[in-house]
Amino acid sequence: MFQYIVRRILIALPVLFGVTIFSFLIVNMAPGNPVEMQINPDATAADIALKKEALGLNDPLYVQYVRWLSGILHGNFGFSFSTHQAVTGMISDRIGPTLLLMGTAIIIAYLIAIPIGILSATRQYSWMDYLSTSFSFLGISIPHFFLGLGAIYVFSIVFQIFPTGGMNTLGGTGGFADTFNHLILPALVLGTGIAGSMVRYVRSSVLEILGQDYLRTARSKGLKEFFVINKHALRNALIPIITVIGMDIPLLIGGAVVTEQIFQWPGLGQLTIQSIGSRDYPTLMAMNLMAAVAVLLSNLITDVLYSVADPRIKYN
Amino acid sequence: MSSNLLEVEKLQTAFKNDKGEVISVDEVTFNLKPGETIGIVGESGCGKSVTSLSVMRLLGKSGYIKKGSIKLGGNDLAQLPEAHMRHIRGNEISMIFQEPMTSLNPVFTIGNQMMELILLHMKLSKKEAKMYAIEMLKKVGIPRAEEIIHEYPHKLSGGMRQRVMIAMALSCKPKLLIADEPTTALDVTIQAQILELMKKLRQESNTAIMMISHDLGVIAEMADKVLVMYAGQVVEEADVFALFDEPKHPYTKGLMESIPHLEYDSHERLASIPGTVPTLKHMPKGCRFHTRCPFANEKCKNEKPPLLSINQHDEHKVRCWLYEDQHQQILADTQREVHA
Repeated sequence: MFQYIVRRILIALPVLFGVTIFSFLIVNMAPGNPVEMQINPDATAADIALKKEALGLNDPLYVQYVRWLSGILHGNFGFSFSTHQAVTGMISDRIGPTLLLMGTAIIIAYLIAIPIGILSATRQYSWMDYLSTSFSFLGISIPHFFLGLGAIYVFSIVFQIFPTGGMNTLGGTGGFADTFNHLILPALVLGTGIAGSMVRYVRSSVLEILGQDYLRTARSKGLKEFFVINKHALRNALIPIITVIGMDIPLLIGGAVVTEQIFQWPGLGQLTIQSIGSRDYPTLMAMNLMAAVAVLLSNLITDVLYSVADPRIKYN
Repeated sequence: MSSNLLEVEKLQTAFKNDKGEVISVDEVTFNLKPGETIGIVGESGCGKSVTSLSVMRLLGKSGYIKKGSIKLGGNDLAQLPEAHMRHIRGNEISMIFQEPMTSLNPVFTIGNQMMELILLHMKLSKKEAKMYAIEMLKKVGIPRAEEIIHEYPHKLSGGMRQRVMIAMALSCKPKLLIADEPTTALDVTIQAQILELMKKLRQESNTAIMMISHDLGVIAEMADKVLVMYAGQVVEEADVFALFDEPKHPYTKGLMESIPHLEYDSHERLASIPGTVPTLKHMPKGCRFHTRCPFANEKCKNEKPPLLSINQHDEHKVRCWLYEDQHQQILADTQREVHA
């Protein structure tokens, strides 16, 4: 198993290298450049040229890439073109809120999706099944920005239960309760969205298991239906669901750009939008690299989880 | 007779689907004494498995027992509440299935699956249950039982898995074991081993067995008496020797003739029964077999034959109009004996 993991990581390195080349090219192909995006309109052409020279933007692309790459290899992610802070510092400030928001959202999604998916499958074609598939359809099709705005209107403006946005009350003392209060709405909006598609995965996965012979064996032992479903069927149904969980992990890192924007959540999604707007190459590149690592890592974790969940799968 | 362990009386099992109801087993009656083995034979779709699943009351959501009774030691299983039925399943009646490859849950160890049953029905601690499971595995001839108990089913061959299923089924010393084609999915050599094992265990524990098979060889090997089923009904019931020596029903005869024998000349064609089992929705009028029967006459086409007794002790019964005279004869003889 250990050997397998090492091998997978070694294979991942060239992939990461390729990803950095592609994203460097694409980021640089975007119209405009960092200097034009931030300098005030009164600046002269000479000022702009000077600034570009200072940032090294006049060098050929490959020179810029090699410079960036050698920085990365030395653990130096560079400084933001727009805020002049260290990129690592900016990201580490933002990653906590994003992990908190996305983690909560995914937990909510699973807490909703697994029981509903099971109920839906075990009572296939009942009114409950129709109700839950309709809700999951709604969850998939309503865009997050719409659901988010709706939630803000209902819960923040009409009923005034939750704040409209941010992570802490401005000027407040902060603390866990305050953050939690701010967290609920965006996490629910994201969570129900993810739950929408999850319900379908769980439902179809459980349905597939329900016809299996070993469930008849379990029933013939005199087990209660509750255990037949929640022990014997669920353990098997979870195996394909692991893939879907694996696909959700990169979300944790990437952040939900739209939801963070609507709720003014100070996470990576917001940082992404800001750095795209200002063509902040070092920050964008660092974010891309991080997303790529997250995807590769979650694929690896998924494969390892498979062998934990299904004893028939062994790697060596 | 009060010594019967199981008395199935005019069992009728139906399944509901979106177009209505289909009767899949009709008027099935039989008795079973402790330690006795009854074989149920017939083609696919004759209602053999449904009969056995009715006894277990494992008919799924759409199936139900419509009429009749299934008496096991004073309880009518057809009427029992589900909670009580759960106590009987795996404990008083247990079952082994056709597909050993898929009948064990792939994600739990052999020990886990066996102990689940043992802990459910027997008052044992976890440690005792484990010891007991190992003992049961040894009893069915599994080598290295102490290690196998920690293995997952995929590590075992089909024959070994069926042994595990048998060990599991017999753990709670059931009064009745239902074996639904237990050897069909196995190699011939393994088949023989499994049948030997079942015979040995039957002798030790005096368990009654309901043996379902389409393989007449298996039935001849195992059964004391035989039910031949066709299209959801019993068409012939007889002692195993009587059935193989003198099959009465044209369907039973057809089944016997379609067994290949080594001593037959190779140029001789193997007999077969023409046609297929009628579907439950398009059951022919009269005798259900008349469309495929070489002896069918007008009466067969129009009137449903009852199960007729054709020997003195009510041991050989056949559902066929051709034996009506013989039946009347037996009736008259019995009456004369009573008067005498």
